[in-house]
Amino acid sequence: MNLRLTWRKSLNVFMLTLTGVAALAVVSVLFLILGYLVWNGWKSLNLDFFTKLPVPVGEMGGGMANAIVGSLKLLLLAAVIGLPMGVMAGIYLAEFGGRTYGFTIRYVTDLLNGVPSIVIGIFVWSIVVAPMKTFSTFAGGVALAIMVIPITLRSSEAFLRAVPTSLREGAMALGASKWRTILTVVLPAARGGIITGMLLALARVAGETAPLLFTAFGNQFWSPGWKQPVASLPVMIYTYAISPYQDWHRQAWAAGLVLLAIVLIANIGTRIVLSRGGVRSV
Amino acid sequence: MKKTLFVLALLLGFTATAGAQTLLNAAGATFPYPIYSKWFSVYHQDHSNVQINYQSIGSGGGIQQLKAGTVDFGASDMPLNDETLGQFPFKILQFPTVLGAIVPTYNIPGVQAELKFTPQALADIYLGKVTKWNDPEIAGANPGVKLPADDIVVIHRSDGSGTTFVWTDYLSKVSPDWKTKVGSNTSVKWPVGLGGKGNEGVSGLVQQTPNAIGYVELIYALQNHLSYGVVKNSSGKFIKASLETVNEAAAGAAAKMQKDIRISITDAPGANAYPICSFTYLLIPVNISDATKRDAIKGFLNWMVADGQTMVESLNYAQLPKAVVDIEKKQISEIR
Amino acid sequence: MDSNASAIGSAPSPWTVRSIRRRLVSGDEVAHIVTLVFASFVILIASLLINELWVNCVLSRHAFGWHFWFSSEWDPVFEHFGALPFIYGTIVTSAIALVIALPLGLAAATFLAELAPRTLSDTVSFLIDLLAAIPSVIYGLLGIFIVVPLMRTMIGPALKSVFGFLPIFSGPNYGVGFLTAGIVLAIMVVPYIISISREVLLTVPRDQREAALALGATRWESTWKVVIPWARTGIMGSVFLALARALGETMAVTMVIGNDPKIAASLFAPGYTIAAVIANEFSEAFGNVYRSSLIELALVLFLITFILNGFARLLIIATGGGSPS
Repeated sequence: MNLRLTWRKSLNVFMLTLTGVAALAVVSVLFLILGYLVWNGWKSLNLDFFTKLPVPVGEMGGGMANAIVGSLKLLLLAAVIGLPMGVMAGIYLAEFGGRTYGFTIRYVTDLLNGVPSIVIGIFVWSIVVAPMKTFSTFAGGVALAIMVIPITLRSSEAFLRAVPTSLREGAMALGASKWRTILTVVLPAARGGIITGMLLALARVAGETAPLLFTAFGNQFWSPGWKQPVASLPVMIYTYAISPYQDWHRQAWAAGLVLLAIVLIANIGTRIVLSRGGVRSV
Repeated sequence: MKKTLFVLALLLGFTATAGAQTLLNAAGATFPYPIYSKWFSVYHQDHSNVQINYQSIGSGGGIQQLKAGTVDFGASDMPLNDETLGQFPFKILQFPTVLGAIVPTYNIPGVQAELKFTPQALADIYLGKVTKWNDPEIAGANPGVKLPADDIVVIHRSDGSGTTFVWTDYLSKVSPDWKTKVGSNTSVKWPVGLGGKGNEGVSGLVQQTPNAIGYVELIYALQNHLSYGVVKNSSGKFIKASLETVNEAAAGAAAKMQKDIRISITDAPGANAYPICSFTYLLIPVNISDATKRDAIKGFLNWMVADGQTMVESLNYAQLPKAVVDIEKKQISEIR
Repeated sequence: MDSNASAIGSAPSPWTVRSIRRRLVSGDEVAHIVTLVFASFVILIASLLINELWVNCVLSRHAFGWHFWFSSEWDPVFEHFGALPFIYGTIVTSAIALVIALPLGLAAATFLAELAPRTLSDTVSFLIDLLAAIPSVIYGLLGIFIVVPLMRTMIGPALKSVFGFLPIFSGPNYGVGFLTAGIVLAIMVVPYIISISREVLLTVPRDQREAALALGATRWESTWKVVIPWARTGIMGSVFLALARALGETMAVTMVIGNDPKIAASLFAPGYTIAAVIANEFSEAFGNVYRSSLIELALVLFLITFILNGFARLLIIATGGGSPS
C-alpha cells in the first residue's frame, strides 16, 4: 500500500515537473528564435537597407527600399478593401443576423480563414492577374484583403457582442433607432476592440508570402501606381534565403528582423491597449 | 485626423504614376539572370525613362506568363519548337542573347581537386545508378583523388527550367538509358534527388549540403566559389567550361542558325568544345500595340546586340557570334 | 382593415407595410441591407473560389478521374500526374508536427492553467501567442539556417544511432526532408494548441478538481484523469485547428522539405506537399493538363481543410468554448 502511494506521489511530482519543462521549452524556443533573428538581423541592418534599391545579382550592397514601400502599399490596399468589409459584416452578424443565415456566414468565414494562402494566391491570379494581363500591386492587395476579411469579421463581431445589451436598450429607450444606436453607442463602445482586431489582421497578412508570389510578383525598381508588379518584404526574404549569395542572406536576415518588428509591435501594442481598456482580447 | 490625411496624401503622391516612364515587365530563365539583371540596371541608368523589371522564375515560367499575357516579354534557355509556338495566341520571335555553360558543381568535404566527369558518370549519377562518390565510374576518371565512400546528394531543379532542358538534352544525347527513362524538357520526372528553386536555389543547396552535386550556369558556381568539374566531350578530352571552350562549341552553330535560330549545341563537335553549352533566348511578341513599349523593346534589343555584348564576358558568358547578331538585327525590324 | 390583409391569423400586413416604410425612412432597413450585402460578400468570395478551382481543373479531372488521387506519377514530360506523393507528404509532415506539438502543447497548457500563478500564466501565454504571430517565411528562414544543419549534424545522427534499425529512420540524412519540415511545422502550430487548450482548461469547473482531490487523488491524477478529459473536446478542437494550419503551410515547408515528389518510408527522405508543389510549379505550368493538375491539387487541399475546419468548429461549439483566434 505504501509502495503504491510512493509511486503515485513520485509520478505526481515527475509529471508536474514535466509540464513545467514543456512550458519552459516552448518559451525558450521563442526566445531563441527572436534572439537569433535579432542578432543576425541587427548586424545586417544599415542605412542602405532602408534607402537603396537592389543591385544586380552577385554584386554587393543595395537594399530593400522598394520592398518596404511595396509592403506598405500592399497593406494599405488590404486595409482599404478588406477592413471596411470585415467590420460591416461583423456589424451585420452582431446586430442584425438571423439564426440560420448568421450561422452560414460564420461557417463560410471560418472556411475562408482556413483556406491555405497559396490557394488564395492562385485564385486571385485567375480572377485579377490573368484578365488584367499584368501582375500588380492591386492584385496583391486583393489577395491580402481576402485574408483580412475573415479575421476582421470575427473579431469585430466578438467585440460588438461584448458590448452590454443595457447600453443598447438605454439608447433605444431614449428613442434612438437601431442604426443610430449602433453608430453612436455600440460602435464607440467596441471601438478599441475593433481597431485591435484590424491591426492584428493587418499584422497577420503583413508576413504572408504565398499569396503574393503570383499576384504582386516582384520588382527590382520602384513600382509607381497600383497596376505594376511590386516587391515586398516577405517575397524578398524568400528569394534571398534560398539563394547561395552571402550578401543576399545578410539582407534576408535584416528584412526578417524588420518584418518581425512590424508584426510584433502591432501585436504587443494592441494587446497592451486592450488590457488597459479592460476588455478581454480575442 | 489632419495628420493621417497628410500622410495619406504624401503616400499616394509618392506612389502615383511617374511621368513619361516606360515600364516593361519580363520574366523567365534564371540561367542568364546575372547578366540580365546587370543589363537592365545599366540600361536604366543610361535610359532613365525605360525601366525593365525582370523576374527570374525559370524558363517554364517565362513561357507560361508570356502566353497568358501577364508579362511584356519572356526569357527561356529552351528554344520553343513549332508545337509550343502553335499554342501561343500570338506570334513570337526568339532572340538569342548570350552563350552560357552548365557545369556540374559539387561540395565534397575534403576534396578540393577539380573532378573529371564522363558523360556516363553524370547520367548514371542522375539516374540513381551511381550512389556513392567513390564509385568506380567516378573514381576511374579521377585517379589520385581520394573520394569518400559517402552517398551522393543529387540536386536538381524544382521549377520549370531551361537549364534543366539543356542538361537533360545533353544527358539524352549521351545516355540512351536517360533518353528512354526520363527524356528532356524544362520539367522532368527525376529518378532521384532534391529540388531547388532556380539556379539560385540549386547553388544554395549545393553550398549548404555536404556531398551534393548540382547543375548550374557557370557564373553561379564562380560567384559563390563552388567547385565544379570538367566534362569529357565528344572528342574524348576533359574540357573545363570557359569562354574559349564555349565559343568553340558555338563555332559551327552560326551557319545552321541562318535557317533556324533555334539550335542545340550540347555535345558539340570540336576538339576543345565544352559539351554542355546553350544559347539563351528572349521571347518577344511580333506585334506590340503600345508604341512606347515597342520602341523601348526595340531600343533595348539593338543595344543588347551591340553595347550589351561588351559586358557579358566579365560574367563569363560568351558573346553572340557576329553572324547571329546580323540575323537578330533583321528580326528586330520585324517587330511592329 | 386594409385590403392587403391576407389570411386571418397571419402577420398583420398593413402594419408590416407601414412599418417597412417607417423603418426605411428611419434608416434601419438601409443599415440592415447594407451590412447584409457586405456579409454576403464573404459567401460570394468563397463560392467564387470553389467555382474557379473546380472549373479550371476540368482537364485533369477528365484525363485522370479518380485515378488522380492514387497515382504517384508526376511527369510533366509525358503528362502523367498523380496526387499521391503530395497527399502523402502533406499528411506525414502534419502528422509529425502534431505528434511533437500535441504532447508538448498540452503539457505546457496544463502547466499554465493548473500550476502557474495567474500573472506568470498570463505573461507566458502572451509570449506564446507572439510565436503564433511570426510570419511563416521567417520560420522558413530559421528552418534553412538553423534546423536543417542541426538535423544534419546532430538530431539525425542521434536518431540514427538509437533508432536506425527502424524503417522510418533508415536511409541517408540530408538535413532537409519530412522530419525537418515536421519539426518546423510543430514549432508553428504549438502556440495554437497551447493557447486554446489553456483557455479550455481554465473553464473546467473548480468543483471537478476539488472532488477528485477530496477523493484522495494527487494533483497530477486529478489533472490527467478529471480535468483534461473534461476539456477533451476543446483540446481536440485546437488540434484540428493546428492541423488545418499545418496542412496549408507553404513557405516554411518548401524551404526545408527537399521538393522531391516521392513516397518514402524514411522520415529523413525528401518529400513534397501539395502547398509546396503549387508554390514551386504554378507560375510555370504550361501545358494545360499540368496547370489543371496543380489546380486539382489545390482543390484536394481545400477539401481537406474544409472538412477539418468543420470538425473543429463542431467540437468547439459542443464544448461551448469561446471563438478561438
